[in-house]
Parts: sequence; C-alpha cells; structure tokens
Amino acid sequence: MIKQKYALFLGCTVSVKGINYELSTRRVAEKLGLKFVDIPEFACCGFPLNSIHHNSALVMAARNLALAESNGLDIIVLCSACGGYLTEVQKLFADKKNKDEMKYINEKLKELGYNFNGGVKVKHFARVLYEDIGLDKLKKFIIKPLKGIKIAPHYGCHYIKPSKIFDGFDDPILPQSLDKLVELTGATSIQYKDKLQCCGGGILAVDEETSVKMTRQKLENIKEKNADAMTLICPFCSIMYDEFQSTIESTFESVYNIPILYYPQLLGLAMGLDPKKDLAVKQNQVKVKPLLEKIDKLYGVKEYVKTS
Amino acid sequence: MTKKKSLLKEKTITMKELDSSFKFEVAKEPGGKNIKRCFSCGTCTVTCPVFSVNDKYNPRKIIRMILLGLREEVLKSDFIWLCSGCYSCYELCPRDVKITNLMIAVRNIAVREGNIPMPMKSIVDILQKFGRLLEVSEFENIVRLKKGIPELNPTIPEVKKVLKKTDIEKVIRNSDKDD
Repeated sequence: MIKQKYALFLGCTVSVKGINYELSTRRVAEKLGLKFVDIPEFACCGFPLNSIHHNSALVMAARNLALAESNGLDIIVLCSACGGYLTEVQKLFADKKNKDEMKYINEKLKELGYNFNGGVKVKHFARVLYEDIGLDKLKKFIIKPLKGIKIAPHYGCHYIKPSKIFDGFDDPILPQSLDKLVELTGATSIQYKDKLQCCGGGILAVDEETSVKMTRQKLENIKEKNADAMTLICPFCSIMYDEFQSTIESTFESVYNIPILYYPQLLGLAMGLDPKKDLAVKQNQVKVKPLLEKIDKLYGVKEYVKTS
Repeated sequence: MTKKKSLLKEKTITMKELDSSFKFEVAKEPGGKNIKRCFSCGTCTVTCPVFSVNDKYNPRKIIRMILLGLREEVLKSDFIWLCSGCYSCYELCPRDVKITNLMIAVRNIAVREGNIPMPMKSIVDILQKFGRLLEVSEFENIVRLKKGIPELNPTIPEVKKVLKKTDIEKVIRNSDKDD
C-alpha cells in the first residue's frame, strides 16, 4: 500500500556528505507525490554504537522510532545502515521475542519521556520505489529514457541483508530490485564480477588500507565492463566509491573515472529533472559530465553540458 | 592497540592457558547465542570480502579461538575490529551462527575489558557532542537553505542523555583506566 506521507530519516552521513542524495530524493519524491516530514529531533540511528555498547545503540534506535511513532508516521531511510539497524530494532518490538531487551529499552525510553510500541515501518527509499510505488507506475514518469547508457548497480549490504528482517522483498544472493530500477530508466543494467561485494566502508575508520583495497576490487570489476557509471543507494558506499576514487587511483596507480550516481539522481535524469538544480550533480566527486554529455547526444541537445 | 603476530602459527597452546568458560560468556552476550553451533566448515571465511584482501581477519579461526577458550588473545586482538558488517557469512552459514552479530558481541565484551580502538572511542565523544557522527556546521545549513531544503539542528543534546542513561560512560571510563 502506498502511503503519501513519511518521516524522512537522514542519519549522520547524508546530513553532511550527501546533499546530492537528499536533494535528488526530495525532488523525485515531489514528482511522485510523496510527502516527507522532517523531524528535527532525529539523531544518529544507533548503529555505530552497536559494536561498543549494545544497550546504548538499542535505545538510540528506539528513541528515533518512538519519535516517528508519536507523529504517526512510517520512516523512509536513505542510508542502508540506518535502515538495517532501525529495522532490526523495530522487529525486536514487533516479534516480541526478546522480552528482556524490550523491557530494558522501554524503561530507558520512559525515563527520557518516550514510548515505543513497535508500530512503525522502516523502509529504504529504493524499496519504496520498487515495492510500494512499483515499476509500472514509475515508468510513466520517464520522459528521457537513458537508452544505451550502461549502469553498474551496487546494492551494498544493509539494504538487503540480513534478509530475514526485510520480509523477503528481494533475494540476498541474487537481488534484482536495483537492476530493475536501473532498467526502468531505459539504461542497461550491467552484470559484473562480485556484484554483491561490500564497499569496505564499515572498517574505514579502523583500517583504511584494508577498506580501500575492498573498494578497489569493485572499481576494477566495473571498469572491465566499460560502465558509464555506477549507481548506489547508501551514503557510505558513496564515500568509498566516489570520494575515495581519486585516492585509490593514486595509491594503486590506476585510472577509473567512473561517475558514481545515487539512484535518485539517475532516476531524476530520466524523469527530466535539472541535473544541477534538482539533482546537485556538482556535489559528486567524480565528474558526471561525460555521462551527461552522452545523454545529451541521445537527444541531440546540449543542455546538460551547459549546467555541469 | 599493539600489533601481534598470528599466535596460532607461533606457539603451542597448552590446556592450562585456555579459558573454557569463554564460549559460554560469548553465548550469553546479545548476538553470541549460536557460537557453539559452529562446525568449522569455513563458509564464512571463503565468502568474506575482508579476508579476500587481508587474511588477518579470518572469521572461522576467530570462532575456533573462542571455542578453544583463547579469551585474552581474542579480546585484545585488532582482528575482531576488522569485520565490515556485510552479512555475507551471516546469510550463508549452514549452522546459523550469525557471525556478524557474534563479532558485535565479542567487541562489546572487549570494550568492557578496556579494549577499544581509538576511532571507536571517538565515535562516543562525537555523538555526545553533536548527536550525529559528523558535525552539521553553519556552512551546511547555508547550503541547505540555498537548495531549498530544511535546516538541521547542529546538535541534538538529548543524545548525551541517552548515552548517560545507558551507562556508556562507565563502559568507556573502564577502558580509560586500562590505557
């Protein structure tokens, strides 16, 4: 069922490093008739604390969930890690299996003046597009099909895994949702080696060398397939592939030049939104211009070149 | 944290050095429940994207070490912090050991024992200060207004209260003592 109104949960990374992701999401959502409510008290989802102190992480997550519940809203996330963790804690309440943890969380929430009953659904924006709005309806908004453009989809990890908390909306071993979302823009979704490889972002802070080696593997695999761009749906994956791409190029003496687009940016292009004003492509670290020029050529115009 | 050579290659382990209760301690920690199910098939390690670039992180070996009772070696190690949390092993483990959660359980115990890498510790400091992992500065809000999207609170003070009420300060203070 499509709901018209959602609480938009930005989390930490999108708030500071993902204005291109946020803006393109908001503009695409406006076109599709979805309304976002911004809850100013939303904080970190809690996930980064899970490895340090489980109890703090749980209460952080539950507080965010309680804020949405008291506003009567379900949550849309843009960060897959936020989505995974908030969903995990929401399921804890919905399944009512771990009574001790629930009791602890409720006690702490009460002391903070909150109450959570488990009545909030958490969904990734890409999942809402795929599952709730649906491919058929989305297709009606495509006015500039990206014909012949080759896009490598990067699912990331927490969008589909652990699969048991995501109601089987996609297969964790052979996922299709992002491929189908890419195809509906008219672009070709390319297949490449180790497509489900993790970006490495989860250990960037503790071991940068190992982390970027993981990132590099996928850039190599995508380069081999001559992709015009990669598309992804998690701000941390974007840090690794977009922000770190030039570092990886100089460290490993290689050249990739692979533009990294958030999926709403890609969809926005096919919906005819303005690359600069609506999709903030200038915020992408690897230049998107070659891709925009290629799209311009498809339509025999030069509008994208001007703006980028 | 100190860098250690891989210990299993270097020395003989005697029964006396083993803490046979460690696996029960891990099993009691949230996320660690299924540790004893492991039959060492190695699916986790062959599917691990971290292992593919850095063999210091070997989930199969870490689980074996826990089951053997190499408590200190595991809790003081750097390698327990190298899991990227991708859930590849979690999805494929034929014994449903839930390794991603298991690593989080082991890290929680390690932190309580005073072993926390500096970058992890700074997560707590930053969250206490801003309520987010990154600071939303005036500049960010100027950009946001220009793009026509709502401003963000630069700090969310309530996060400090959450951390206090859930005793994270005690956990971190304990790790200060041992530095």
